[in-house]
This record gives sequence, C-alpha cells and structure tokens, in this order.
Amino acid sequence: MKKLWLHGVVLVLAVGYPLLARAGETIPIGVGGPFTGPYAAFGEQLWRGAEQAAQDINAAGGIDGKKIELFKGDDACEPKQALAVANQLVERHGVKAVIGHFCSSSTIPASEVYAEAGILQITPGSTNPMVTERGIKTLFRTCGRDNQQGSVGAQFVVNALHARAVAIVHDKDTYGQGLANAMRDELHRLGKKEVLYEGLTRGEKDFNALVTKFKSVNADAVYFGGLHNEAGPLIHQMKDQGLKATLVSGDGIVSQDFVVAAGGPPYAEGVHMTFGRDPRKIKEGHEVVERMRKIGYEPEGYTLYSYATLQVIAAAISATKKTDGATLANWLHSHDVPTVMGSKGWDAKGDLKVSDYVMYRWHGKGGYEEVP
Amino acid sequence: MVATMAAEIFAQQTVNGLILGATYGLIAIGYTMVYGIIGMINFAHGEIYMVSAYLAAIFLAVLHFFGLTSVPLLLVAVLLATVLVTALYGWFVEKIAYRPLRHSTRLAPLITAIGVSLILQNYVRIAQGARSQGMPSLLQGSFILPVGDQGGVVQITYVQLLIIIVAFLSMAVLTFIMQGTSMGRACRATEQDRIMAALLGIDTNRIIAIVFVIGAAMAAIAGVLVSLNYGSFDFHIGFITGIKAFTAAVLGGIGSLPGAMLGGLILGLAESFFAGFVNSDYKDVFAFSLLVLVLIFRPSGLLGQPQITKV
Repeated sequence: MKKLWLHGVVLVLAVGYPLLARAGETIPIGVGGPFTGPYAAFGEQLWRGAEQAAQDINAAGGIDGKKIELFKGDDACEPKQALAVANQLVERHGVKAVIGHFCSSSTIPASEVYAEAGILQITPGSTNPMVTERGIKTLFRTCGRDNQQGSVGAQFVVNALHARAVAIVHDKDTYGQGLANAMRDELHRLGKKEVLYEGLTRGEKDFNALVTKFKSVNADAVYFGGLHNEAGPLIHQMKDQGLKATLVSGDGIVSQDFVVAAGGPPYAEGVHMTFGRDPRKIKEGHEVVERMRKIGYEPEGYTLYSYATLQVIAAAISATKKTDGATLANWLHSHDVPTVMGSKGWDAKGDLKVSDYVMYRWHGKGGYEEVP
Repeated sequence: MVATMAAEIFAQQTVNGLILGATYGLIAIGYTMVYGIIGMINFAHGEIYMVSAYLAAIFLAVLHFFGLTSVPLLLVAVLLATVLVTALYGWFVEKIAYRPLRHSTRLAPLITAIGVSLILQNYVRIAQGARSQGMPSLLQGSFILPVGDQGGVVQITYVQLLIIIVAFLSMAVLTFIMQGTSMGRACRATEQDRIMAALLGIDTNRIIAIVFVIGAAMAAIAGVLVSLNYGSFDFHIGFITGIKAFTAAVLGGIGSLPGAMLGGLILGLAESFFAGFVNSDYKDVFAFSLLVLVLIFRPSGLLGQPQITKV
C-alpha cells in the first residue's frame, strides 16, 4: 500500500516536472502563421523575424531575466486549422502572447480564442479591416489596414497610370476580397468605375479565360487582391496572351516566391504592389538587417514586422511586469514602443496611428523598388 | 467592329478551353482506366500528376547541367524521362497500396488511395519545400492567327499548341494500343471479366499494373506540359486538378477512354466560356451543375456503358 502511494507521487512528479520547470524559467510566446501549405513563404518570414528577435532579446538578458520561448502554430492559412492551432497554443503550450496570424481569414477566428483566454495578440501581417473592427481589446497589429492600402492602389491607378479601363480581381478570401473592395471604394470616390469585378479560385493555375475577358473589356489596368500563388500565374498568362495592362496588387505578393510563381523575373517585371515603406531601410533596423543578412537570410516582406511585434510584446511585459492581456493592452494603448521599424503607437482599435503605404514596382532582376 | 471583337474573344476562349480541357482529359485517362479495370477510384492519381511536374523540373535541370541545350531534344528527353519515372511511381503505388487489398472489400483500396495521396503530397512537401517552384520557359513565343477580316487575332503560345498536339497524339497512340495490340486485348478482356481472363491464361495482376503505368504516364505528359505552360507549380497542384480530371472522367463516362478526353474537353470549354462570358466566380458551380445534369439524363456519363452490376 505504502509502495503504491510512493509510485503515485513519483508518477505525478514525473509528469508535472516539465510543466513546473517551463513555467518558472521562460515566457512562452506563440507564433501563428502558415508554416506549411501554399502560403508557407509568409510563415517563414514571420518565424525568422520572431526567432531573431527572441535570440536578440534573450541574449540581452531576456524579459527581466526570463527567457522567451517561441512556439509554432501552423494554420496553413485555413480558418478551421487556425482555430485548432489557437486552442493548442493556449492550452498545451500556455502561451502568454501571440504573434500572428498571417492570413486575415485565419487571424479573425483565432482571435476569438485568444480574446477568450485573455491573451495579447499582435498580428504583423493581417491587414483586413475586420481584424480590428470587432472590438477585441487585446488585439493589435503592426501593419497597416487594407482600406489605407486599397486607397493608395486606387490613387496610383487613376493618378499615375491614368488608366481608362480598370479590372478588379480577387481570390474570394477575406484578405483578397477585402483589399479589392477597399480599392474599388476609393476608385468610386475618385469618380471612376471599374469595367470588371470578379473572383478567381485559390489553388487553380489556369486563369486564361479571365485574361481573355480583360482583353474583351480593353482593360489597361488590373488590380488583384490576393496572394502570390495566384498572382504569379495571372501575370504569366496576361503576358502570354500579349495583354499590355499593368497589374497592380497589394502586400500579398511581397515575396521572392511571386517571381517564381510568375515564371521568372521577365514575367514579374512591371507589376506594381503596395507595401509599407521598406522596413529594411529604416535606420533603427539597420543593425538587425545586417545581422540577418550575415547568416544568409534576406529579411524581406514581413520578417521585420514580426521582429518588431516581439519587441512590442517584450516591452509591454517588461514595463507592466504582468502577462495578462488586459494589462498589456492598456499599456500599449497609452505608450509608444521603439522597434526596428521605428517608434510605433496604437489607436483605440489597435490599429497603428501612422501607416505608410507606398507603391513598389518589380524590376527585371527579380527585386522590387519604390516608385518615386 | 463589335462583331469582330466578339468573334476574336470567342475564338480565344475556345482555345483557352481546349487547352485546359486537353490537360484534364490526359489526367482523366488514369482515373477512367483504373476504374474500368478494377472498379476503384484512384484518388492518388492527382498526386502522381503533381509528382511528375517536380520530376520534369528536376530532369530539366539535370539534363541542362550536362550540356543538353537543344530545345527540341531537351523537351523530348525530359518528356521521356518524366513519363518513365512517373510510370514507375504508378506501378509502385499499385504494387504496395492496392495489390495486397485486391480481394478485400471495395472500400479498403479507396481508403488506401486517400492515404497514398496524403503520403505523396507530404513527401514532396518535405523533400522539396512548400514554396512554389519555377519551370524555365523553354519555348517562348506564340502564333498569332487572324480572326475575321478586321484585324482580330487569336494568340496560341507554342507550349499551348504543343499541349493540344501531344494530347491528341497520345490519345491516338493509346487507342491503338488498346484496340490493336494483344496487350490491349488482354486489358479489355480483364476489364470485362477478370476471373474469366485469368482462367484463359492472362496474367491479370500484370495487366492491372500496366493500366496503372499507362495512367501515370498520361498524367506525366500532362504534368510536363502544364508546368511548362504556367511556368510554376507547387506540391498542392494535384488536388484541384485531380478533382477536375475526375469530374471529366465521370462526365465522359467513367471507364470509357474516348469519354475521358471528351469529358475533359467539355469541362475545359464549359469553364472557359462561363468564366469568359458570364462570371469567373461561379465557373465551378456551372461546371458541376453541368455534370449533375448529364448524370440525371445519362447516369453512366456521355460515352459510358450502363453498369452491369458485378456480384
């Protein structure tokens, strides 16, 4: 009998040990994003940025002596999986804050889980307005909003391209369609009407029928709300069919993978996209950029956004000495935080006070440059 | 002017639909032949097509590395090598996943097919990464054909023309094999009655393996051509294309070889016309409604023979 009791204690200790050890030494933080699936390129950007930030913060002594430990939550950009992964991050890993997710259609369902658990969530990449329009107090973002991005896109199409016939296409997803709608609204405000507004199917590669339709309406500018996997074949087929229209898109194609998906730099050349002012050119981030380049990783796209997001979380925890979402959120609403992307501050909704979308153009060597 | 424009667009959409349809048809052959011979839907077939796209890119890189620069030679070599290795994949899948289940319930191989599909997809994802892969454009340029008398044009890239030619050529070769050779006769005999065929001295296991090999080879032809056409592919392309090709096979009458091609072409044209003239949001809805309609009036598909219930 006595022995059995002892067995019980040993068993409980053996099971409980890792939990106890973990709780004492580290601050667990989740990174939610598409680490597998067709949009894994963006997941890698988030992870690389967060990983580098965690390394740097830990090397400098962690948050008040506690080390940051990151946990991956792979949502594959699928809303259902995002929900499951959010529950897993909260329940199994006991994360205190979350960086992510990436796709707006994943961020929105996952945010319900984090809000219920009272956990701070900051997305470095979800730009759909609905992310912060639902009144979740513990949800922030370090990127802009699609209505800002869509406006810049529409103004460019009207004022710089002087387009006569604008076609708008989206991928029927929360992000893509939201961006396309925002662009359309601004286009209407500028007194112009689109000649075509349609959706294509995510995962398909053949958009020839749609491209021929662009021809039939004489489109000279095509705005696409969506990600690089579909934007690539779309521009490829536009050029194959000899269509002269300019393709303009948003931050969903900010990745070298766009060039690959398009079939090479000659196809990607001339495509325009809106994205925040290149974070690699902000002086605060200079040192981090150099360090990442030295280990052979080019911090493109959302990498530095993710880095900055972890800095924000660390700053809030360090200042308040607490990890509950409400306290951290209150602090963030009233304080600006210095990051690798400059100082960031938030409005009551959790959106950035200042966003800085500019237009970029892919050039013939596979890179992109700001349009002056 | 308006009439020319309409004719031009109509002609271009027809071309778009034919090309899409030809690739659906090539892949549909794998579904239809396998169903014809063992009454099973090989859900892993879409992934075989996906694997072939990767193989094509690998062979292209390797052959180019060894100094093969002549484009026609490179194309033929890549096509042959890819077809060969993909066929090996088809043979191997049949050998390890379906043959051991030959005498079990009909559901068992269906489940393993889904399993094989997941395995292939994730194997490629782990081995090659989840990112899109590029395919260098070997054949650049296009034919521009005049339509009407007021300067309308239809554009067909060389690759697209190649797709149509190769698709119909391989259909013709396949039809000849099935109708004109002793192996084809053995295939048809096995399809009609496997036990009787075996009693007459046909090695039915070998015939079934050959059918899988033929299906995989056809998918490989599609894989090479399609990835050349679009210039990129990823580990996920087998899924949607597989579903569409399966739909084409059912539409044309599953089990029927010309039916697969016909179903593919009809599906491709339907998608293309609906997206082009009505709305691309609902092109799949239209394509599947068409399928439902056909199945209501012809339950065994357009060219399918009425199913004789097997006991």
